[in-house]
Amino acid sequence: MSPPGRRRLRPRSAHGATGAPPWQLVLPALVALSLLVLPVIGLLSRAPWSTLPERLADPAVLDTLRLSLLTATTATGCCLLLGTPLAWLLARADIPGRRFVRALVLVPLVLPPVVGGVALLTAFGRQGVVGQWLDSLFGVRLPFTTVGVVLAQTFVALPFLVLAVEGALHSADSRYDDLAATFGASRWQTFLRVTLPLALPGVASGAVLAWARALGEFGATITFAGSYPGTTRTMPLAVYTALNSDFDAAILLSLVLLVVSVGVLVLLRERWTTGVAA
Amino acid sequence: MHRHVQPRTVTTAACLLLVAGAVSCSSVAQPADGRPAELTVFAASSLTDAFADVEHTFEAEHPDVEVEVIVDSSSTLAEQVVAGALADVLATADEATMQRVTDEGLAAHRPVTFARNQLTLVTPADDRTSVQSVVDLERDGVTYAVCVPDAPCGAAARALLDLLGVDAEPVTEEENVRAVLTKVTAGEVDAGLVYVSDAEAAGADVGVVDLPRAGEVLTVNRITALSQAAEPELARDWVTLVSSAQGQRVLASYGFLPAP
Repeated sequence: MSPPGRRRLRPRSAHGATGAPPWQLVLPALVALSLLVLPVIGLLSRAPWSTLPERLADPAVLDTLRLSLLTATTATGCCLLLGTPLAWLLARADIPGRRFVRALVLVPLVLPPVVGGVALLTAFGRQGVVGQWLDSLFGVRLPFTTVGVVLAQTFVALPFLVLAVEGALHSADSRYDDLAATFGASRWQTFLRVTLPLALPGVASGAVLAWARALGEFGATITFAGSYPGTTRTMPLAVYTALNSDFDAAILLSLVLLVVSVGVLVLLRERWTTGVAA
Repeated sequence: MHRHVQPRTVTTAACLLLVAGAVSCSSVAQPADGRPAELTVFAASSLTDAFADVEHTFEAEHPDVEVEVIVDSSSTLAEQVVAGALADVLATADEATMQRVTDEGLAAHRPVTFARNQLTLVTPADDRTSVQSVVDLERDGVTYAVCVPDAPCGAAARALLDLLGVDAEPVTEEENVRAVLTKVTAGEVDAGLVYVSDAEAAGADVGVVDLPRAGEVLTVNRITALSQAAEPELARDWVTLVSSAQGQRVLASYGFLPAP
């Protein structure tokens, strides 16, 4: 299972770290674990199991789920197309102000999503810096459209992908790039044939993180794209709206979101771990 | 050496934080004498400005009381009250949301109707698409916002648009009426259905288009002290003030109609 080199990486007793784990670590770890698990147990215990089948058969639930999956997947695609080159620039190219650029990439990560939504409105809204030109020149309006949802999700998810891919590029050996160059490959060819394949596990895990973040997106979406069934009301928004009238419906939607996201993550993980090991 | 010390320091700090949190929590739960009492009022977002005004009057009459008015959609607030939110008073924008709270036995007395409201259409002040009447909502490219159907303003908007036979879908359903108003003042939609009182509060920031037959779907504002109130006396004082001639004058100045 494990390659021979691996054993050398974790010498079990080199630090003398034997014996029972210290309570100073076990106790907070248990608190952390229960903090993570208890809300999920709460969700499961309050679920309207008896009416579950008929509630699930509601076409509105499926439509909302479809919209969520469509937008999150499209946003992930956008992240891959735009974020991978950005990560490459940060990791491999000699650009001025690299630290500053990296800080810019991190902004959506630390920004509260609702603030992100306000910022998107000021940029791409009808009165926005870019949005008013989009509107007057091309008649393109992003707020309150499905494209607007994808934009909001891409905005919040992009840092996850860039960070993951940049990390993968850093840990991948750049001497292969040099080698490819000595064989006469152009930088673009090198990226496609050498750099990218080596960084693929990082790209994949970044894509999953981005997808999960996009699927759960709420604040930026409701602020920038509004909330309307079929076009912009994704699962998290539907949960919020249902919360005001029908607690059971909110729990049901939450459960669906939970099952889908965990399911997809498990599925993908399995595929990679087997893929990487093979 | 450093490496072995750090985790313990961190854990200790975390424990201290937990302890400090517990201590400060308990001190909040038992306010010492002499501290200002707090009155928490949950109010429909259409009441934002009117209740801010009432708050000034109330605090002038009760110098040692700190009033906190929390505004959101009536349905959100009703749901929070049912879930046990620590509020003293609830004021809703319709009967149905108040009913959810009385059904749970959470009203301290029979809710009082203290005002009524009527819908109107507002447009951005620098109106470029010129929505002049409700039929303009059906024009191609015209966008408008309403409240979610569960919120009183959304239910009323739906009823009125049906009544007027308007055959055009909104582009967004906002969680409360002030979110609709903001989308209009920000110029992101061409129009929005809000209450007359919201249009009044927005003043010059919006243009107002009167809606025919709006008087046929009046909403009623209901108020009650809550049985879970931490300050039942103050809660009743608030309800009394809102219903008094003085309170009614304030509400009228913000465009609310008097209770029947």
